[in-house]
Amino acid sequence: MTAIADLLLPMSPGILLALGGLLVPFLSARISRIYVLALPAVLLAYIFALPDGSHAAVSFLGYELELLRIDNLSRIFATIFMIAAILGNLYAWHEADPVQRTAAQVYAGSAIAAALAGDLISLFVFWELTAISSVFLIWASGTESAFRSGMRYLIIQVGSGVILLAGLIVHVNATGSIAFEHFGLDAPGAPLILLAFGIKCAFPLLHNWLQDAYAEATVTGTVVLSAFTTKLAVYTLARGFAGTEMLIWIGAAMTAFPIFYAVIENDLRRVLAYSLNNQLGFMVVGVGIGSELALNGTAAHAFCHILYKALLFMSMGAVLFRTGTCKGSELGGLYKTMPLTMIFCVVGAASISAFPLFSGFVSKSLIMSASGKEGYWFVWGVLLFASAGVFHHSGIKIPYFAFFAHDSGRRPKEAPLNMLLAMGIAAAFCIGIGIWPEPLYALLPYDVDYVPYTTSHVITQLQLLMFSALAFTVLMLYRIYPPELKSTNLDFDWVYRRLLPRGLVAIGRAIDTGYKHVTDDAKTVIRSAMSLSASVFAPGGLYGRTFGVGNAVAIIAFLLLVALMVSYSAV
Amino acid sequence: MSDHSENHHHGAPAGEAPRWLDDKRNVKKIIYALFAVCAALFAADAFYHKHPYFEAESWFGFYAVYGFVMCVGLVLAAKGMRVFLMRDEDYYDRDR
Repeated sequence: MTAIADLLLPMSPGILLALGGLLVPFLSARISRIYVLALPAVLLAYIFALPDGSHAAVSFLGYELELLRIDNLSRIFATIFMIAAILGNLYAWHEADPVQRTAAQVYAGSAIAAALAGDLISLFVFWELTAISSVFLIWASGTESAFRSGMRYLIIQVGSGVILLAGLIVHVNATGSIAFEHFGLDAPGAPLILLAFGIKCAFPLLHNWLQDAYAEATVTGTVVLSAFTTKLAVYTLARGFAGTEMLIWIGAAMTAFPIFYAVIENDLRRVLAYSLNNQLGFMVVGVGIGSELALNGTAAHAFCHILYKALLFMSMGAVLFRTGTCKGSELGGLYKTMPLTMIFCVVGAASISAFPLFSGFVSKSLIMSASGKEGYWFVWGVLLFASAGVFHHSGIKIPYFAFFAHDSGRRPKEAPLNMLLAMGIAAAFCIGIGIWPEPLYALLPYDVDYVPYTTSHVITQLQLLMFSALAFTVLMLYRIYPPELKSTNLDFDWVYRRLLPRGLVAIGRAIDTGYKHVTDDAKTVIRSAMSLSASVFAPGGLYGRTFGVGNAVAIIAFLLLVALMVSYSAV
Repeated sequence: MSDHSENHHHGAPAGEAPRWLDDKRNVKKIIYALFAVCAALFAADAFYHKHPYFEAESWFGFYAVYGFVMCVGLVLAAKGMRVFLMRDEDYYDRDR
């Protein structure tokens, strides 16, 4: 017994949070509210108390599992995940549903445990756990479309895990090692592992589960969802595939294409999901460049991004909670009765747009500078375009259409106090990091030799943003800007939600029609054969006809006559 | 900025005191302030030394022009996408 305890100590904070979360259903709502704030707060301190290195080794089927690896890269992700768990739980304080509260703890815990896992087998286990636990946050909405969306989410996420397992098997067979270290593309099984990471990271064409699910989950669920899954994938990419050049181009594509969709999307939570996708692109570019500066940028941007994205989702969640809708076409003028939510939303919007003095500015610029330093002029141009574009939809569109624009006549109450507190803390982080980035820089995986606030950097960034705002204003004044319309915009998920089902149905119909033809023809042949034989052999048919007795006697008499004549003539 | 959405416009409930932003003249003030800030930022390029990674960055007002042009292009492209990609709100729910 002591031996096992020695092996498991210190225990991974993620596993502790997930196990602790399982206690929630047995506590009353009042106690569990406090409990889910206290537990991650204690574990956050515990993460900082843990020394660097590998702990909690467990033997399993002849492999050494490494449940707790603490180094500079895993620590920053575990830290921000834990902070996100605390904020999410505070935001969900009013929520009485034990299912959601339990799911959120298990989900956050498994994401942290995955980030701290030092080997592929335990990574795979927690990878799947995040999928299975988080789907309850979508299903908790209770609508038919949320159920379907959750099903699609689950299939895709578990699929990612299965592909990861396949890659892991190939890798272990070829190398005999289950260590989760840097792979690069040439390692055995690496393409499969990269694909699994890519699905969870919402690579282009693998991305639709994100917009699909995050717009369907509950008010509080989406806030929790937005923090973990994709950033866990960013962490695993940074760990396993730093410096893989393909990722630079994938990331650049990710920053660019979602913003077109974001401009015309009506559901504001879906707009945020598209811009989440775009921000992930920046991080993936950082991983692809793979220099120390770039990886620092990826880690820093993930840290800031979790905070401001959660803040934006919280503000839209508050709007949804108070008005029952999140559609731009049905909102507007809410600043009159929800001023604090509006202010927090603007802080989040300024952060994601990387305004000077807000968190995005001090983290995104690391990645921009890295791409400039390495001479990727085209990628740098795309990132700059994406920076301007993200300001357009997350920076302006979200606050403008929700809180200003045309007055919807809605006069909802201000968000509940616990939501305001959670938003306030997140906003304080956004501004605090923006003004004083040194503590964040100290957490980064490599030493930082970077000054974000130079005259040239501040002015060029302000020029970019202000002229983007000018573009928005001019387009609005001339009524060119696309209005918010009730609509669905077709994205790649059309392929598996419409084309393939329809295609399969069409193929099925074709098979059905062909089968019907063949069977019909066969039936016709058989039927005509039957009717022919019936007409021939039936009573009254050619063969089945009966003769009258008189006729029969006459024929027999005739035959006898013939026989008689033959026998006489033969004599 | 005026409302140009094609949705049903409710407007403020009767008897509510108008707010500062409800006055069109104040909205104009904000727009003019934005113009002034943009002009000042554009002119600011003459007064400091850049540290460019690429040649384009050292062109006068590059970031300003790039930001404006790319955003207009983004919106026009997105508007064009609507022609091909926009469907009803209940597009995926209809055949259930």
